[in-house]
Amino acid sequence: MLQEIVISGFGGQGVLSMGKILAYSGIMEDKEVSWFPAYGPEQRGGTANVTVVLSDKPISSPVVAEYDIAIVLNQPSLDKFESKVKKGGIIIYDPYGIHHEPERKDIQVYKINAMDESMKMNNTKVFNMIVLGGLLKVEPMVQLENVMKGLKKSLPERHHKLLPMNEEAIVRGMDIIHQERKAE
Amino acid sequence: MSEEISLMKGNEAIAYAAIRYGTDGYFGYPITPQSEIIETFMEAAPWKTTGMVVLQAESEVAATNMVYGGAACGKAVMTSSSSPGISLKQEGISYLAGAELPCLLVNVQRGGPGLGTIQPSQADYFQTVKGGGHGDYRLITLAPNSVQEMADFVSLGFELAFKYRNPSMILTDGVIGQMMEKVKLPEYKRRRTEQEIREQCPWATLGKTPDREPNIITSLELDPEIMEKNNERFQAKYREIEKNEVRFESIQCEDAEYMLVAFGSAARICLKAVELARAEGIKVGLLRPITLWPFPGEAISKCADRMKGMLTVELNAGQMVEDVRLAVNGKAKVEHYGRLGGIVPTPDGVLQALKEKVIK
Repeated sequence: MLQEIVISGFGGQGVLSMGKILAYSGIMEDKEVSWFPAYGPEQRGGTANVTVVLSDKPISSPVVAEYDIAIVLNQPSLDKFESKVKKGGIIIYDPYGIHHEPERKDIQVYKINAMDESMKMNNTKVFNMIVLGGLLKVEPMVQLENVMKGLKKSLPERHHKLLPMNEEAIVRGMDIIHQERKAE
Repeated sequence: MSEEISLMKGNEAIAYAAIRYGTDGYFGYPITPQSEIIETFMEAAPWKTTGMVVLQAESEVAATNMVYGGAACGKAVMTSSSSPGISLKQEGISYLAGAELPCLLVNVQRGGPGLGTIQPSQADYFQTVKGGGHGDYRLITLAPNSVQEMADFVSLGFELAFKYRNPSMILTDGVIGQMMEKVKLPEYKRRRTEQEIREQCPWATLGKTPDREPNIITSLELDPEIMEKNNERFQAKYREIEKNEVRFESIQCEDAEYMLVAFGSAARICLKAVELARAEGIKVGLLRPITLWPFPGEAISKCADRMKGMLTVELNAGQMVEDVRLAVNGKAKVEHYGRLGGIVPTPDGVLQALKEKVIK
């Protein structure tokens, strides 16, 4: 099983760390992983994106042209990556930052109101974990238990008290994501 | 999962591997996309554990000359930078080669020329393997294609440098430096004691002992007769390295009709292009030079006899392709495909280029 995923949004939304947690979770399941960020000027305030590849076999290229799954969290990200989802692939978006919704009919479209939900939880910092939960509901590529192990590994020990809150956010994300459109 | 497996960036892997190798000193100056090397050293603070010196110099030029000083004393010392910073270091690198000083240099390349971009590039191939600084010298050049090799080539680079008393360079780029993968770091080795350095590096300037003449480390020799002899000695050493140290990886070349030649990040992209091509029934293999100097010309030449054509894939306008053509010597068609200025080619782009330029 090979999964090529891009996560894209504004710098500061936790896009890169969400990718890192996904990669760590993959390692916990003995998968091969690669994490390749756009580290250019985007990182400094515009859109940030990261390509995460999870596979049962050694990963050939960490650089990908077409994705199985695109998670887009702002309009520039949707504009950039909608056309790069494989036919029959998945797009997950948060309408909070998006004015024109995905148009393609040959991909599956999922919507997650993660920003609204994080505000309801009085903690916009768990926004990315809500999105991650949504992703895992749609494609259970890693077990929640291993995500928590991965999270533990990627967070410095002084932040371990935040683990239950993150788990709650992931579960919340699993609850609120819904399919908007099936691929035709 | 084994405790030993970590997820980290290529740049971080270099720093951690250097600490574990028992490196005596790192001298550097920050520049994207390699700043994580010095940042990781600073965070790991090895001066508190192994006693390794980590110093942010006032400039790239100074950092290189600090390497010269450390290496002259037989210490395992290193520096790193990215393309524009490596250009600044070239004077010092030529002096290091001329004084036959072992050291490890790292270039995490970005798009040029000039200040260029901060995105990945392989446009410093010529600079690294054909000179860079002045004079007839060579750098042992290693091209990692994974985070694991970033870690592994630290010790390999140092070992070759000390074996031949010659600078080694890890020539990598923003893809491998910035990406995270699983890595198993090497075991800790302690730093060599001064006594061990005296035994292993009898040439080192550690203070004169009564039983020998003073050791002199210099690249200067005003008598051209002696300087020619020095150069002949360097050349004999370079031939020895060419004989012993060529490293490459050959993937699915046995039954291939077409061959891709690529190093570092481009080789990873080509690996996927090979999968895509084979899924379409096109028999493609990949030859990946691991040492760029010494170059695996002989291996490429042997393959040329049975290939219908070859494509070199580089993040530049066509540099290694010249060495491939020299090796192939007209026996097969050799074309080049590259993206420039910080753009990374895609596997589909490589396959399309192979079809258009070579297969037709």
